[in-house]
Amino acid sequence: MKFRSAVVFAACALAFGADAADKVKVGFISTLSGPSGAIGVDIRDAFVLAVKMNGNQLGGLPAEVLIGDDQFKPDVGRQLADKYIKLDKVNFLTGIVFSNIMLASVPVAFENKVLYVSPNAAPSPLAGKDCNPYLFVASWPNDAYHEAAGQHATNRGFKSTYLIAPNYQAGKDSLAGFKRYYKGTVAAEVYTQLGQLDYSAELAQVRAAKPDALYIFLPGGMGINFIKQFVAAGLSKDVPLIVPGFGDDQDIIRPVGDAMLGLFDSAHWAIDFDNAANRKFVAAFEREYQRLPTVFAAQGYDTALLIDAAVRDSKGKIEDVETVRKAMRAARFESVRGAFKFNRNQMPIQNYYLRVVAKDGQGRLVNKTIGTIFRDHGDAYVQDCKMK
Amino acid sequence: MSWILILEQALNGLQFGLMLFLLAAGLTLVFGIMDMINLAHGSLYMLGAFLASTFVALTGSFTAGVLLALPATAILGMILETTILRTLYERDHLSQVLATFALILILNEAVRLVWGSDAALPMPAALSGPVELLPGLRYPAYRLVIIVVGLAVALLLYFLVAKTRIGMLVRAGASNREMALAMGVNIRWLFTAVFGAGAALCALAGAMLAPLFAVQVGMGENILILAFVVIVIGGIGSIRGALVGALVVGVVDTIGRAFLPILFGHFFQPRVASAAGPAIASVSIYLLMAVVLYFKPKGLFPARG
Amino acid sequence: MQATDQLFYVSFASRVMIYALAATSLNLVLGYGGMVSFGHAAFVGAGAYAASILMAEGVTSAWIAWPAAVAAAALLAWGIGAISLRTRGVYFIMITLAFAQMMFYLVNSMKAYGGDEGLSLPRRAEIGFGLDLGSEVVFYYAVLCILASMVFLLYRLINSRFGRVIVAIRENEARAEAIGLPVFRYQLACFVIAGAAGGLAGALLASHGKYVNPGVLHWAQSGTLMIMVILGGVGRLWGGVIGAAVLLCLEHLIADYPLGWLERLAPNYQQHGNLGVGLVLLAIVLFAPQGIAGLLSRRKAEAKRAPA
Repeated sequence: MKFRSAVVFAACALAFGADAADKVKVGFISTLSGPSGAIGVDIRDAFVLAVKMNGNQLGGLPAEVLIGDDQFKPDVGRQLADKYIKLDKVNFLTGIVFSNIMLASVPVAFENKVLYVSPNAAPSPLAGKDCNPYLFVASWPNDAYHEAAGQHATNRGFKSTYLIAPNYQAGKDSLAGFKRYYKGTVAAEVYTQLGQLDYSAELAQVRAAKPDALYIFLPGGMGINFIKQFVAAGLSKDVPLIVPGFGDDQDIIRPVGDAMLGLFDSAHWAIDFDNAANRKFVAAFEREYQRLPTVFAAQGYDTALLIDAAVRDSKGKIEDVETVRKAMRAARFESVRGAFKFNRNQMPIQNYYLRVVAKDGQGRLVNKTIGTIFRDHGDAYVQDCKMK
Repeated sequence: MSWILILEQALNGLQFGLMLFLLAAGLTLVFGIMDMINLAHGSLYMLGAFLASTFVALTGSFTAGVLLALPATAILGMILETTILRTLYERDHLSQVLATFALILILNEAVRLVWGSDAALPMPAALSGPVELLPGLRYPAYRLVIIVVGLAVALLLYFLVAKTRIGMLVRAGASNREMALAMGVNIRWLFTAVFGAGAALCALAGAMLAPLFAVQVGMGENILILAFVVIVIGGIGSIRGALVGALVVGVVDTIGRAFLPILFGHFFQPRVASAAGPAIASVSIYLLMAVVLYFKPKGLFPARG
Repeated sequence: MQATDQLFYVSFASRVMIYALAATSLNLVLGYGGMVSFGHAAFVGAGAYAASILMAEGVTSAWIAWPAAVAAAALLAWGIGAISLRTRGVYFIMITLAFAQMMFYLVNSMKAYGGDEGLSLPRRAEIGFGLDLGSEVVFYYAVLCILASMVFLLYRLINSRFGRVIVAIRENEARAEAIGLPVFRYQLACFVIAGAAGGLAGALLASHGKYVNPGVLHWAQSGTLMIMVILGGVGRLWGGVIGAAVLLCLEHLIADYPLGWLERLAPNYQQHGNLGVGLVLLAIVLFAPQGIAGLLSRRKAEAKRAPA
């Protein structure tokens, strides 16, 4: 039974079967329920906020955002993609959180020459040999945060590190990325089941292995449970934990709490970035939703701005995909992360920073930027991409 | 391979097995006495967890919240039994399967309407840390509590079923329903009571596991199949069988997740080894069931002769 | 309606017919054979994966892939049936369910063929004769022919000696055994035929969506097929077809055509469609166990009896 929630966000009269040229239709598919639903909800909330702040428009045209929940299931995601593209005739598809759902769904977009703008996932095959002109990534290449974390682990001099990630494309990318820049010994490389919630068996192994550090890539509900169980098992005192930036953002900080203090991570954005776009974004998000935005929300916001820029620079000719592509490639917008530019595989080249979880001026737990790990960092797969 | 590791994994298997036992115990009795396949048993587990999350939030106390969820779920279970399930006793298995499958759909949506897709049940702060069992072995306090509660309930059930009059009625009903009826046992009331007790056990398992896992719609389906496997292995209608079956399944599952990937890691790439471990563990549980059924078609400790 | 809208609905119709085939295959073993197999999705999935793996490895001809899918599903059904049919009652149900779950976990762990992400296929299978299955209309007619032939085959099978024996076994197994019928062999044959037909449906499903993932083997899919069968009419020739059509059309209508008045009455009702499905299913089991086909034939019988 695949039912989806469709919140039709229309600014102007919804003429049935209206032409695509006088408004922009965006299909937004994301994981909005389940233990990892908080991520999708953040991306959606930020995206919708950006459109609202823009006067319910994207690039000067009225915007309609169709929202669907993939329920963390690749086949549901794909069916939604199919429907949005074939029945609703969206101009852009976006929103997916997880790489497995993305890999199942984007072929539909590519085959039908619809642009997919990723606010999160960017698996390595799509960065390299399978790179596609209809794919734009507004967030980061999958490996990037992990490469930065690996570099950090090297910088800190950890001799042996235990690695854990879920057994899917992004998990594979994560540990491959970490190992690329980590010069110490890998104590063990363990892949858990995607969506697994009980880590008692894995934690016992970690305890027995006695590594210098533990690196985990466990987004969403998986991370929440792992960190809670990690602390409950008494391992937080013995083994330093390193995570990529999405392993300890607000969606995990909220349920886990103070146990997160002092945790180091790598990311390309933090709440305390001091540029005009970011200040505006964080303030607006807090005001609208009464909570702090995560890095996912930042990405959702940037994705909306990117689409806005592309439509604006196409001067409204959005039926012509090539025009929109060129406009999007130029990426002329104010990103919350600072400067933004695309690599030739249409994934970003950007800086990556070291952050730590600490209390801000109001006693809330946030990620503070404390250093730069990489500057103008691309990805390791772009040489396999045949696009120019 | 250190002793500490083996001991810790053994405790993990024990903990998982005991929680499975709570689910299997109610299921095996319903099955054994009423001869009814109840796919909605997992939904009672889910209801227990959601109700507990509400009661904990209302009372501010974890223990009170969990304890309140037990009778609440039992009452809901008994209502379900007297209204819908009762009409299914005389029907064929297909009808029971379909009707209780329909109940799963209905209950999932009902929960979603009332609570939303998820709920939060945080671990009590006092139990979120580890307990030093042996030098070098710090085991999560909460999981120890689960083990203790599971063992206590097992003992309680044993006492109830083996040593009390009610237990005798239950055993009579399980081993020969027609004879029990002929002897004047008030079967209807017994059925309702057994169903309510089963629901309470489910609620206990759901509430206790909730702080470890997520409380979400559909959480009952995954564990339901394992519960069925447990009672098929243990023997339908037998509490002892449910306990043995549950412990076996718990241990096999933990071994599969913990040690098989290490074993395979010597031969295969990490990703393959890591995928193979849980897959083989799941498959081996079903294989175990097939093997048991082949040699003992009615399970290890069948209630009926 | 624009041309592409029509194509969407042609594609939808193909999908309905494929599920009709899968439900009909289940009806053979469940309705006529009386064997409550809760693992039928395993055979549909086996067919889907067999066809998909062949496509992924470069075999694009439907004349190879689809029979291979049928063979794979039949083989699996033979293996599962041979073991399961030695049990009875609830044990049979549990064991078929367990086997289906085993297949699900095995397929899920096959990272080479996508694992959880599933496998995307570059194109639909080729049948030659200058016909392109990539065209929705051509594919529709192909599926229609296949479905019609399979229903016809079922009709012949049910009215043959084999069919009568199967029904006799369903009605009273002890008596069938007593008069010397090899019950196990007939049941296994029925199980295998049903599984093979399910495999064909699976191959068509994979080709239609150009995608397969372990979800197609999940026991919830077996449940869906069972719902279709009972909705349409257990043990009735058109039961699977009617059930699939009604269920899928309802699902699509509820999800994609919001009714204003219903929305006011029950906000967000579209998200809770399963509630309706559950209630209808429960009602059918309790009050109309013969399904829609049963209701229709009862009305026809009553109409015949009514005075002119």
